Amino acid sequence: MEERITIAGFGGQGVMAIGQLLTYAGMIEGKHVSWLPSYGPEMRGGTANCSVIVSSEPVGSPVVVNSTTAIVMNKPSLDKFESTVNPEGRLFINSSLIEQKSGREDIEVYYIPANEIADELGNMRVANMVMLGAYLEVTKIVDLESILEGFTKVFGENRAHLIPINKDALERGAETARRQVKAMV
Amino acid sequence: MAKVLMKGNEAIGAAAIKAGCKYFFGYPITPQSELPEYMARELPKIGGIFLQAESEIAAINMVYGAAGAGVRVMTSSSSPGISLKQEGISYIAGAELPCLIVNIMRGGPGLGSIQPSQTDYFQATRGGGNGDYRLVVLAPANVQELVDLIIEGFDIADQYRNPVMILGDGMIGQMMEPVEFKEPKQRELPEKDWATTGTGGNRKPNIINSLYLAPEELEEHNVKLQAKYKTIKENEVKVESYNIEDADVVIAAYGTTSRIARTAISQLEKEGYKVGLIRPITLWPYPYSEFDKINPNCKGILTVEMNTGQMIDDVKIAVKGKYSVYFYGRTGGMVPTPNEIIEKVKEVYGGEK
Repeated sequence: MEERITIAGFGGQGVMAIGQLLTYAGMIEGKHVSWLPSYGPEMRGGTANCSVIVSSEPVGSPVVVNSTTAIVMNKPSLDKFESTVNPEGRLFINSSLIEQKSGREDIEVYYIPANEIADELGNMRVANMVMLGAYLEVTKIVDLESILEGFTKVFGENRAHLIPINKDALERGAETARRQVKAMV
Repeated sequence: MAKVLMKGNEAIGAAAIKAGCKYFFGYPITPQSELPEYMARELPKIGGIFLQAESEIAAINMVYGAAGAGVRVMTSSSSPGISLKQEGISYIAGAELPCLIVNIMRGGPGLGSIQPSQTDYFQATRGGGNGDYRLVVLAPANVQELVDLIIEGFDIADQYRNPVMILGDGMIGQMMEPVEFKEPKQRELPEKDWATTGTGGNRKPNIINSLYLAPEELEEHNVKLQAKYKTIKENEVKVESYNIEDADVVIAAYGTTSRIARTAISQLEKEGYKVGLIRPITLWPYPYSEFDKINPNCKGILTVEMNTGQMIDDVKIAVKGKYSVYFYGRTGGMVPTPNEIIEKVKEVYGGEK
């Protein structure tokens, strides 16, 4: 098993953070993991992405060129990474900010209205967690519990009070994905 | 101790502190700035000193001073900043002082880019400053090894009274991987009776210096340095090899590039190719003799680097003309992909498995 994931969006949408959470959770579960950020003269509102690998074998190249899954939070990220998903891979689109449908027919595509769901939960900043929840529901790569266990490691103990709303966001994302999986079958 | 997920740059800082380093002098530069940031936060907590100098040149001379006083000290930078430090590094090597220098390489020449590269191989292994000196150069391929080599690097520096360089690149500095801080194997280290710690009126002053005006004395000093380098070559070579006795093509690569090569090799194996890997962990001293173990019928050695061909010189020295040596590299901050390496290996194979 080797999941090679690209997570991309605007700077500030939390794409690096959910990448780190996923990496931490994989480590907690004893899997081989790596997290590699794109870095450059970047700024809030610019595009950011990270490569995450969760594997049963030691990680070779930490750079994800072709992914098994791409999670895209905004339109420029869809344009950049849609074509890099391997055939039979998965693409998670934040349909709150991306109206366009994917043209790929050889992959599974999920449309998650992450910003709307986050807004319903009362905190726009958990949109990234909605996407992560959807991703985990489909792939089951790590348990939700491991994500929550990693939460304070990534965000610090002083953010522990935010765990409940983040858990809700993960579950709402999972629910949305579950409905779409059923529709596919 | 349990594993933690750490960014390479921060892991360097944590490992250095674990190794007993309490002094850091540096000047920020991408892609290694998380390291001084970490040290600025952590060193004051343990009674150490973090100092952001006015320039890289000042920073390396502060390292020179602190090392002369016998403490564990380090600096870090990225390629253009390391160029600025060369004068100080030469002085430190000449004065035989232990210290750790981290180079998280980025694209060059000049200010270049901020993306990963391996373009400072010559500078690190041939001596970027003046004079006939050598650094021990360690090239980690993952964050765990980075941590282990930082800790051992301080010991090597102390054992031989020689500066040690950690040669990484932007990728290993920026990436996060699980690490464990193991208790290091303790080396027996000599007393630092040469350090300028104050005579207390009880001994003759120690003098730290790299100036020898009498040519006879300087020659003698160089003979002594060379003897030391010979001992290091005999004792400190580190290399990891994979399947080289049986391979039809052997890749030589170090640091993060070796990981990309490993991914390419697993893919090639699925297609029925037999490809080995030699991954030097010490770039100086170089693991020349490892190449003697390669399958005598090997079709060629492919050197892969993030530059236009630097380690390839050492590979050619190592194979003594016995094998054809090929090269694949990307530069400017571009990272080679496994597929590019796969194509090149197939070229070396010449179409027949």
